[in-house]
Amino acid sequence: MTAPTASFPVGPIVSVCGTTVVVRGDDIDTDRIIPARFLKCVTFEALGPAAFADDRAELAGDPAGPHPFDRPEHQGASILLVNRNFGCGSSREHAPQALMRWGIRAVVGESFAEIFYGNCLALGIPCFTASHDLMLAIQEAAAAHPSAVFSLDVAAASLEGSGCRWQLELAPGPRQTLASGQWDATGQLLANGTALEATAVRLPYLSGFPG
Amino acid sequence: MSAGTLYDKVWTLHQVAELPGGSTQLFIGLHLIHEVTSPQAFAGLRDLGLSVRHPERTVATVDHIVPTTSQARPFADPLAEEMLVTLERNCAEYGITLHGLGSGRQGIVHVIAPELGLTQPGMTVACGDSHTSTHGAFGAIAFGIGTSQVRDVLASQTLSMGKLKVRRIWVDGALQPGVYAKDLVLHIIRSLGVKGGVGYAYEFAGPAIEALSMEERMTLCNMAIEGGARCGYVNPDAITFAYLKGRPFAPSGEAWDRAVAWWSSLASGPDAVFDDTVRFDAASIAPTITWGITPGQGIGVDETVPTLEQTEPDERPLAEEAYRYMDLQPGSPIAGTPVDVCFIGSCTNGRLSDLQAAAAVAKGRHVAPGIKAFVVPGSEQVAAAAEAEGLDKLFTTAGFEWREPGCSMCLAMNPDRLEGRQISASSSNRNFKGRQGSASGRTLLMSPAMVAAAAINGKVSDVRELLASSAPL
Repeated sequence: MTAPTASFPVGPIVSVCGTTVVVRGDDIDTDRIIPARFLKCVTFEALGPAAFADDRAELAGDPAGPHPFDRPEHQGASILLVNRNFGCGSSREHAPQALMRWGIRAVVGESFAEIFYGNCLALGIPCFTASHDLMLAIQEAAAAHPSAVFSLDVAAASLEGSGCRWQLELAPGPRQTLASGQWDATGQLLANGTALEATAVRLPYLSGFPG
Repeated sequence: MSAGTLYDKVWTLHQVAELPGGSTQLFIGLHLIHEVTSPQAFAGLRDLGLSVRHPERTVATVDHIVPTTSQARPFADPLAEEMLVTLERNCAEYGITLHGLGSGRQGIVHVIAPELGLTQPGMTVACGDSHTSTHGAFGAIAFGIGTSQVRDVLASQTLSMGKLKVRRIWVDGALQPGVYAKDLVLHIIRSLGVKGGVGYAYEFAGPAIEALSMEERMTLCNMAIEGGARCGYVNPDAITFAYLKGRPFAPSGEAWDRAVAWWSSLASGPDAVFDDTVRFDAASIAPTITWGITPGQGIGVDETVPTLEQTEPDERPLAEEAYRYMDLQPGSPIAGTPVDVCFIGSCTNGRLSDLQAAAAVAKGRHVAPGIKAFVVPGSEQVAAAAEAEGLDKLFTTAGFEWREPGCSMCLAMNPDRLEGRQISASSSNRNFKGRQGSASGRTLLMSPAMVAAAAINGKVSDVRELLASSAPL
C-alpha cells in the first residue's frame, strides 16, 4: 500500500505514531531497499510499491511466510524497525523515497549508514538508534503486537507501545532540527550569501591561484 | 578529536557558517552530476523557484544508463533515453557543462573528473553517488550525497554537513607482485568491517600508500565507502602533482607553482592528531576476493570460505545468509570456484592501468569455453589510450569483448547484467544480493588481473601463478 502524498513530512516533526514493521538483518543495503532497475525514472513518484522488491519476490512463496512488507498486518505501518548498518551502499535517495512512499515515517535501528541517515533527515524521516539488546526487545514486542500503535517522541527520543517504553538515541542536531521544522536545510543554506562569498574568496582554486 | 590533518584544514577553509542543530554549512568546490540522481534535484529546484548559484562549479556526464554495445541515439531503452534527454535539457537550461557521448570526454563520473584535471587537492567534491570518495585520492574531501543535497548544492553551492572523525590507516611495506590496490582495500575492509568506518574519514598513509600511482590511489579511496567511511583520502605529493600537470582543467603557467605550494601546505603535518590509527602490512596481503554478499566478506585467494566457527558471533547470521545465497560451502577453497561472467571495468577499476594489468594476464591466452568476458573502459579517454596501445585487439584476440565506456555491469541500470544464478568475477565494488541485475545473481569482487585470470581458467584462480608464466606485454 502506498501512502497518499499529502501526508509526506512537512514542518516540525514532534512525534511519529503508527503500527510497526520489523525487517531483520544487518547490512541491508540500498540496492536491496530499491533495486537499481527502479532508478530508471526522472521522478520518485512510483517508487513506493517497489520497496524491497527483490527481497519480497524471493520470499513470496517461502514456507515461513512472505516478506514483512507483504504481510497484511503490516500494511499501513509507519515505523520501520531494523538492525545494524541499515541503508549501506549506494547513496541513492530513491531508497528512503521508496520507504517513505510505502508509508514509513520513522526508522529505529542499531545503526545506520551515513548517507542513508542524511537522506532520511532531508525528507523529515527521523532515524533513531538503540543498542543491540534493546533493539531485539523492541522488535520482539512489535512482532508480537502487529496491530498495536507505537509512538515515537522526537524531543524525548523515546518509543512507547505494547505497554512498554524504551529510551532511544537521536543526536541533538537532528532532534532539534526535526522538532523545530528546520530539517529541510535549503532555506538556511540560501540565507548566508555574504558568508558564502567570504568563504569563496579564501579558496585560491576559485580564482586561478592568484599571486 | 583530530587536528592538523588535511581533512581538518580543508574542512575549515570551506566552512561558511554554523547552522541550527550544530551542523556546518560547507562550500562545495566541485559538484559532479549524472543522469540518475540529478533529475529530481532539478525538479526540486524548479518547485522552489530557485536557480543554480554557480553553474561553473557543476560538471555533468552520463554513465549509469548508457549501453556499452551501441551508444547510438535514441537508446533502445526509452527510459534510459528519457533520463539522458532530461540531463541534456537541464544542463542546457542552467548553463552547466555536460561531457556527453562522443565528446571525447564522456565516461564514468569518477574517471573523467580526475583525468580532466577537474579534481584537485584541497577541494571539497560532492556528487550524488557514493563512490565520490574516489576523488580523495588527490587530497580532496570528497563524498557522496543524496538527491535533496544535489538540489542544495545546485541552489547554494553548499551543504549542511557534520564533521567526521579522522582515522589514519597506515600501511607499511610494499604490495607483492600480483597484488594490487583493489586487494589492499578489500583486505582493509575485511579487517575493519563494512561499518567500521561509519563516522570517519579514512586517511590512507604510510610507505605502501606513498608508492601507489594515482590510479591505484583512486581504486583505494573509491572503496572507502564500502568500509563505511563516507570519504577516504591520500595526502597530495609529487605523484599527485605529476598526474595533474598538463591536464585540461589543471592550473598552468605561473599559477601552477602557486597551486603546488598551496596543495603541499594542506597535507597532514608531522604534528597532525588523528582520532585513531590502524596499521597494516602490505607485504602480507594476498590477492583478495569476496565470497559473500558484502564487500567485507573477503578472503585471500589461497584461503577457504570461513566456517561459522571462524566467524565472529555477531557476523554469523550474515555469513549463513551468504552461504545460502552464494551456494558456497564453508571450509571449501575459494580458488577453483567456477564462474560464468567476467567483468573488467567500473569506477573502481576501469582506468588504463587496470586494463593494462588485465591485459598482461590475457596476452597470449584465451578465455575459457562458455565464459562471457568483457572489458568496459571507464571513459572515452581511457578507451582511446587503450586502443592506441592495442589493448582492444589484445583483449578481443583473447576472447574478451571490447565495449564502449560506462558503468556497465557494476550495477543493473543498462543492458549489461547477470541472468538467473550466474556468478561473476567482477572488478567492481559491490557484491550485494541482486547488485548486478539478477535477483539471484552472484558476484565475486576481485582485481582486474584476477578477473582476467578467472576468465582464462573459467574459475577463480591465483593470478600470481599465471603472471609467473606470462609473456611480456
